[in-house]
Amino acid sequence: MRIERRARVPWSLAVSAPFAAIAAALALSAVLILAAGVNPLLAYVEMLRGALGSRLAVTEMLTRAVPLVLTGLAVAVAFRARLWNIGGEGQFYLGALAVAWVGHDLISGLPPAAGIAVLTFVGMMAGALLLSGPAYLRLRFGVDEVVTTLLMNFVVILFVGLMIEGPLRDPLAFGWPQSVPVDGAYHLPDLIPNTRLHIGLLIALAAAGIVWLIVARTVFGTEARAAGFNARAAEFAGVSLPRTIIGVALLSGGLAGLAGGIEVMGVTRGVTTTMSPGFGYAGIVVAMLAALHPAGVVAAAVFVATIFVGADAMSRATGVPSFIADVIVALALLTMLVALLFSTYRIRR
Amino acid sequence: MSTVLRLERITKSFGSVTANDHVTLELKEGEILALLGENGAGKTTLMNILFGHYAADEGTVKVFGKSLPSGRPRAAIRAGVGMVHQHFTLAGNLSVLDNVMLGSEPLFRVRSRRAEGRARLLALSERFGLSVDPDARVSGLSVGERQRVEILKALYRDARILILDEPTAVLARPEALRLFDTLQSMTRQGLSIIFISHKLNEVMAAANRIAVLRGGRKVAERTNAETSPEELAELMVGSRVTRPKREAHAIGAPRLVAEDVTVHLDSKPSLKGVSFTAHAGEILGIIGVSGNGQVALGSLLSGVAAPETGRLTLEGREIGGLGPRALVAEGVGRIPEDRHAEGIVGELPVWENGVLERLATPRFSSHGFVRRGAARSHAAGLIKRFDVRGATPEMRIRLLSGGNIQKLILGRVLAVAPKVIIANQPTRGLDEGAIAAVHAELLRAREAGAATILISEDLEEAVGLSDRLQAIVGGRLSQPVAAGEADSRRLGLMMAGVWEEPGNAD
Repeated sequence: MRIERRARVPWSLAVSAPFAAIAAALALSAVLILAAGVNPLLAYVEMLRGALGSRLAVTEMLTRAVPLVLTGLAVAVAFRARLWNIGGEGQFYLGALAVAWVGHDLISGLPPAAGIAVLTFVGMMAGALLLSGPAYLRLRFGVDEVVTTLLMNFVVILFVGLMIEGPLRDPLAFGWPQSVPVDGAYHLPDLIPNTRLHIGLLIALAAAGIVWLIVARTVFGTEARAAGFNARAAEFAGVSLPRTIIGVALLSGGLAGLAGGIEVMGVTRGVTTTMSPGFGYAGIVVAMLAALHPAGVVAAAVFVATIFVGADAMSRATGVPSFIADVIVALALLTMLVALLFSTYRIRR
Repeated sequence: MSTVLRLERITKSFGSVTANDHVTLELKEGEILALLGENGAGKTTLMNILFGHYAADEGTVKVFGKSLPSGRPRAAIRAGVGMVHQHFTLAGNLSVLDNVMLGSEPLFRVRSRRAEGRARLLALSERFGLSVDPDARVSGLSVGERQRVEILKALYRDARILILDEPTAVLARPEALRLFDTLQSMTRQGLSIIFISHKLNEVMAAANRIAVLRGGRKVAERTNAETSPEELAELMVGSRVTRPKREAHAIGAPRLVAEDVTVHLDSKPSLKGVSFTAHAGEILGIIGVSGNGQVALGSLLSGVAAPETGRLTLEGREIGGLGPRALVAEGVGRIPEDRHAEGIVGELPVWENGVLERLATPRFSSHGFVRRGAARSHAAGLIKRFDVRGATPEMRIRLLSGGNIQKLILGRVLAVAPKVIIANQPTRGLDEGAIAAVHAELLRAREAGAATILISEDLEEAVGLSDRLQAIVGGRLSQPVAAGEADSRRLGLMMAGVWEEPGNAD
């Protein structure tokens, strides 16, 4: 028996792989739910109801999906060029902190639209700069960016903790460790009144479209892919590796920083060290489930958001701890990797 | 002589392609059998079946009279078959001894018997004249040394039958000759050897018997004495393939001129004050044993490396250190030395590979967006015009054979009628049919007035194509000699670094 690469991955297989992976992840998680003494089917029905069962539930789920779309795009862009950005979480937090800092009183008095545009840019820049460091180290000294980006997450979260206990502490938060809030004028307008869903959803969808254009249609996207697959050949063909890798890093870090900025402007107003339930890391799952395709990222983000939001409702209804959401999402990454293996390779006897 | 190995009516298909069609083959004790055939003739498949990597659809394998179960490499090893693959299977971070012993010991044992293993390895290396340092790290070894380690690995497992897949593809000529000596001495000690090759002169030099495969069938079997390179070439290709000949014609003005150029690679001086002049309509051959500065010369002329000192000019304009894109824009076409590592991005489709080096030009992009239609039709045109078989613009280029990849690279270079062509080992690893096609294209470009720098380790090719020849030795270039005045003695001296210093020649 041997495993060999398929000459071409059939379209049907490429599309069905994530669904098979999700089904497998749910089946495996069912064992744990069963062990908690609950009928898994019942639990999953409660989960769906919690995420999609009412207008409010759907808007909550979509609110949760917004940062996931952006962190998922950040990972997809980087992984396509074989830049292993595991630092989405750190870039998210730094983007959030920068937006809170600048948006609190540094740019008071701008028209709301202009202020929001400035803050969007500030969030992107923060994330982009954070990732450009590891990208430079890799280019200059060959330092593995998996290690540097991953470890930067902890550094950034501690830095955020330092700032919100110190210079950026919100004096009106009754001692609660939280940063100063963004000026009310620059909160993102609601998309649907009386829900938390804000226009960040439109920004995220636009970002997915733009990212697709960049990776699939531009010279830069093609060169980034070439550099990722075969750096030597890309260089021989005249692709500048430094420009490409730094460009990819700025785009990827910028998207993750944007996710943090939008979450602050749209939902939390101020920064806390617990504002992200792992959006940066979940972005990796989202991107992999999407097979790194920008359109797939939107769908995968909706799936992961459904699990996260639905798990809370399921927990209240059945008593199964909501940590099961983390288990399902993590398992989905593992099963997706297996599914990718089977869709790109075949077993021959 | 008794028969040690018998392959009986082996048949194997991959999908609709029949790789082996009822092939019967016998190996006698103490002989060297060459398996000769073009790329894709089924040689490697046949040996992979023998070794158990593939299971045959039909047919049997008998080693020392006993049938081997199909699809079980371990059984083949136990029966005394050893295989040295074309692409080595060594762990670079381990020592020679570790690599040799790896897998020959039970997984669960408290102590490894390294002392015994070392003694055994040294005894083997002594007996067969394969000198290696057991404690050297494999990553620091040369290709020739690595091959010795692979052979020792097989011998360590008590191989009585050794299969070598294209063993000389990676070796320089002196190393190859040394390998053949080693193989001869092995057969004197009772080993039997099959080696796979598509190089005629090697097969004639080293083998006792030659089996020719073509299109998955065995078309002939000859002893060394009863055949000739000409006959073998004809058997191998099916019809007589002759390499195209260079016609004399007038040579134009100087195009690409290097004056006293020095290049450092990895901060070592790799080209030391080289000078040459390539004229329009001329092929200038750079001959020499590998590792004498060809890589640095190729990098310089491809725009990947910049000159430290000296001038490199194209029609009088300085082009040293311009970078690949600018060189291409200046009309320099580049055929890289290693087509897989440098020439293509295997995971990308044919059409993207076809335009990668000119992606930023107005023809293939506007405002940063790729003009996909133009790029696709360009690729379709290349496929048609340069006879890239089995290719479609959409398919991942990795799926093409080496010869067809080379044709596409050649097409990419020649489609724009370049002023200068840098052809670095343009036919390495290609079969006769593909070589003839590449030569014909290079000669056609010469007719059209291109100045070509041909860097080749294949002397026959360099002499056949070039108008003038220079040898590269230790990073220096000899004075040029006209192809007409180049006899093998003079070329041999040049490649050994013996030449008259400036002032006398040219």
